[in-house]
Amino acid sequence: MEWDWNFAIKTLPVLGEGVLVTIQATVLGSVLALALGLVFALMRRSQNKLVSRPTSFFLEFIRGTPLLVQLYFLFFILPDVGILLSPLVAGVIGLGLHYATYTAEVYRAGIDNIPRGQWEASKAVNLTAPQTWQHIILPQAIPPMIPALANYIIAMFKETPLLSAITVLELMNQARSISNFHYRYLEPMTLVGVFFLLISIPSVYFLRRLERKYSPHYK
Amino acid sequence: MVQPIIDIQSISKCFGDLTVLDNLSFQVAPGEKLALIGPSGSGKTTILRVLMTLETLTSGHVLIEDEQLWHMERGGKLVDADETHLHKMRNSIGMVFQHFNLFPHKTVLENVTLALRLVRGVAKKQADERALELLDLVGLADKRDQKPASLSGGQKQRVAIARALALEPKIMLFDEVTSALDPELVDEVLNVMRRLGEETDMTMLLVTHEMGFARDFADRVLFFDKGRIIESGPPEQIFTDPQEERTRTFLRKVLSAGVSRAESAAVAI
Repeated sequence: MEWDWNFAIKTLPVLGEGVLVTIQATVLGSVLALALGLVFALMRRSQNKLVSRPTSFFLEFIRGTPLLVQLYFLFFILPDVGILLSPLVAGVIGLGLHYATYTAEVYRAGIDNIPRGQWEASKAVNLTAPQTWQHIILPQAIPPMIPALANYIIAMFKETPLLSAITVLELMNQARSISNFHYRYLEPMTLVGVFFLLISIPSVYFLRRLERKYSPHYK
Repeated sequence: MVQPIIDIQSISKCFGDLTVLDNLSFQVAPGEKLALIGPSGSGKTTILRVLMTLETLTSGHVLIEDEQLWHMERGGKLVDADETHLHKMRNSIGMVFQHFNLFPHKTVLENVTLALRLVRGVAKKQADERALELLDLVGLADKRDQKPASLSGGQKQRVAIARALALEPKIMLFDEVTSALDPELVDEVLNVMRRLGEETDMTMLLVTHEMGFARDFADRVLFFDKGRIIESGPPEQIFTDPQEERTRTFLRKVLSAGVSRAESAAVAI
């Protein structure tokens, strides 16, 4: 088995398209995971047990089942009940929903870390509950969460190859179809690894900087 | 007594089996300076927290300027107040906390302007002007752009007082506001309170362990023990001629502790 530069270079344009889809899925999935996670965290904190209990159960359910199975449900089984999603949309929903259950936990811990006195002072100056969340609680709670949230985004990025199982033409899927067509796995799969490294290594470096900036331990 | 600004009618507060407030009643006249003293766990802080709507009542009624605080009328019946009612009632009450509870991510000025802008909808320029007047009153106008973390405890507490004053409450609650301070920082806070007492006609309720200050400052002193008022009267009477044995025991303890603290401070110098 020998490395064939010509073949490697020939595969680059197709793999490049795959990289773009991978990035697209990660970015959209992250936005969904970050937004939905906050909603889940707030619903779980709700005083109303009819809201908090089912939310709690739902979060455990999602976290306790594999992402791959969830993707199959979204893409192959939902059409049976008349919900047709494109591969990328199903993939983004799958990633976003799955990781939202983890970001919800980060939000919950961050919110719980805000001292009770901040809530009481907000009440004493007569802020409404939405004003308290917007101006007092979240601006203090979110910065320390940023490293943990970024960590989940990097983890999500590395799980995007699972989307190939529901026919999303992301990097892994493109590499696999080239490999299957030419019966050569070395170059495409190596390049997949290289692409992931090229993105994840700077991301991890960036994450370290975030940690230094926001983590209380460095202050 | 003139029409009371606060009328507390047989209120009780229980946490599980523990009775913190035991069927208490008292009234406060407009402009009165009332000191609440007593051993820890006697319920005095809980009263302030009930008035600030931070703690619900188990039973009883509280009237602020003749209006129910914790209840409202609906269909001719008194029902538990909803958030809208509580929001309206809180407009006339302000509170200063033992641990300051400043907003650490906001500057000193923003701590004071926040409620003016969000609750009263005052424009930024007017809110800033008003806040600077208040910071001037507590002697901290020069710290306007600093974050609370860079202030001393005494300065933090003075900012907290300015913040509470911003909405011009008729009633101010001071909950052990000097207890978390180093001894040398206590006076700067007490001086601000003295000034407020002289220059405004606010009704002030203070829970305090500073017996000397309570004696100078208060029009009336309430002594609490185990969720009940044991004794009440003008400070001269409570401090020099208490009628109840429990008051005497308490005062003897805190005053001798105060003396020994002063002695050790003198030795340290």
